[in-house]
Amino acid sequence: MALLEIKNLGISFGGLRAVNAFDISVEKGQLYGLIGPNGAGKTTVFNLLTGVYTPDEGAIFLDGVNLTGKKTIDICRAGIARTFQNIRLFGDMPVLDNVKVGLHNHYPYSTFEGIFRLPRYYRTEKEMTARAYELLRVFGMEEYADHAARNLPYGQQRKLEIARAMATEPKLLLLDEPAAGMNPNETKELMDTIRFVRDHFDMTILLIEHDMKLVSGICEKLTVLNFGEVLAQGGTQEVLNDPEVIAAYLGE
Amino acid sequence: MKTKAGKLSKTAKNDMITYGMVIAAYIIVQILVSTGHVSSLVQGLLVPFCTYSIVAVALNLTVGILGELSLGHAGFMCVGAFTSAVFSLACKETLPSVPRFAAALLIGAASAALVGFLVGVPVLRLKGDYLAIVTLAFGEIIKNIINAIYLGVDAEGLHFSMKDALSLGMSEDGLMLIKGAQGVTGAPHDSNFTVGVVLLLITLFIVQHFIRSRTGRAVMAIRDNRIAAESVGINITKYKLIAFTISASLAGVAGVLYAHNLSTLNALPKNFGYNMSILILVFVVLGGIGNMRGSVIAAVLLTLLPEVLRSLNDYRMLIYAVVLIVMMIFNWSPNMIFLRKRVRQRLAAGREAGEEV
Repeated sequence: MALLEIKNLGISFGGLRAVNAFDISVEKGQLYGLIGPNGAGKTTVFNLLTGVYTPDEGAIFLDGVNLTGKKTIDICRAGIARTFQNIRLFGDMPVLDNVKVGLHNHYPYSTFEGIFRLPRYYRTEKEMTARAYELLRVFGMEEYADHAARNLPYGQQRKLEIARAMATEPKLLLLDEPAAGMNPNETKELMDTIRFVRDHFDMTILLIEHDMKLVSGICEKLTVLNFGEVLAQGGTQEVLNDPEVIAAYLGE
Repeated sequence: MKTKAGKLSKTAKNDMITYGMVIAAYIIVQILVSTGHVSSLVQGLLVPFCTYSIVAVALNLTVGILGELSLGHAGFMCVGAFTSAVFSLACKETLPSVPRFAAALLIGAASAALVGFLVGVPVLRLKGDYLAIVTLAFGEIIKNIINAIYLGVDAEGLHFSMKDALSLGMSEDGLMLIKGAQGVTGAPHDSNFTVGVVLLLITLFIVQHFIRSRTGRAVMAIRDNRIAAESVGINITKYKLIAFTISASLAGVAGVLYAHNLSTLNALPKNFGYNMSILILVFVVLGGIGNMRGSVIAAVLLTLLPEVLRSLNDYRMLIYAVVLIVMMIFNWSPNMIFLRKRVRQRLAAGREAGEEV
């Protein structure tokens, strides 16, 4: 069975059918792209996947576990992490602490132990700091550890968002328009980062993107959404050459 | 790895400076008092300094760390003050002073925490202005309820009424604990400057350690970006409630200190009304949002100022307002921040040059 299986997913907002009969199946280790015109329902799919919205019908399975209708924090614990279209970092906190918040559920100690600094506080904090530095090192961001996240350059903020998502130890990583607002150089660096995350962490990645260079460069499989419905699905080149997709989205 | 160690010691150093400042101020004041250099007016302000510093630090936890505006902290202070004063009065004869005050402290903190929790459950669903308005209303409600309570104790046990003292139906030898709007009279005078400073240090200890713990990080993450915090698996409601409850409980501690420094405790607009809540907020904003040391300094200065200016009568509040504006400019104006930074760099450069020589 595939790592992520979505069957017949649908949701309406009032009279608007935002997503209809959406099916997808993502294999473990795959780099999967979700593309389509603005307003096609791509981000809505992500929000359904992460429990921001509850689907009207359909089912979501991650690694065989039914996640349909679960709350955001439970879905995070089940192993789905995401980044956001408009970057959402903890701006006033240091870069290191941003990653530590991602590690929150994996290094537990109580509030009481934290205030009175009992032995478990020191032990856990030490492990947590080491792990956070390790992640920052993997992403080449160690030098920024003490900077406020808000003061990082744009590309680094994106990277930090991915690092923070990886800190939750997900099985599936969702990237919502990671290349939005990036220049070609930054996009190229981002492509390397995404590939690196897949290879280094053996990660499965589902991403939304408008930048066709990025999509055709790294995605192995694509699903095209249009007006909330699946327009095409399959291998990247095959989908991008589909006349219907070209007419609806890519243009002549 | 070197930067890591440096960073850790930097925050720890910052905390130590705060404790050191409080202890140094305490020692200096004690020396001045024993050599007779402190006027009776200022001596009377020593406990209020601690009271307002504690409640300012408590509110700063809500405003600066949780990032929500509460205008009801005088209400939590009121809960702590009355529950502890009633306890101390009831046990005045049966318990010696030290364990009695310790128990009163726990009771005041716990009851304020309980009320904070109960208020927090519905209120923390709101955001921004709405939360401020509801907490404001809550503070007023608490004050008015306490003004209507009659409570007495006699051989038969506790008597409670919301009407008047007569309807309590107490026996002759009974003891009135709360007399409606007349409040609590005759609670023992257990707090003094030393107790106040110890409680302030404990408050700072709790708040600063809280901020640097996993829980504090989760709370600040919610403040910075709620949606992102949720997406990495932080339970929003739980952590907001933890921070708010601790903040309310510490405001209750300030109330305990306040109550045990008076012969009669009333719930008046002046001490537990919304004026007080606003005043506490002024301490927090002027001292710097999220800056605990600043809250203590602002609370002390702004408590001292009106008393020092008392001889100026009507001009007092005028000058107070001007000082508020000047402090605000000094703390927050971009030009002043730039100037302060330059002065600091100049000083640092000077120190380095001195070291080389």
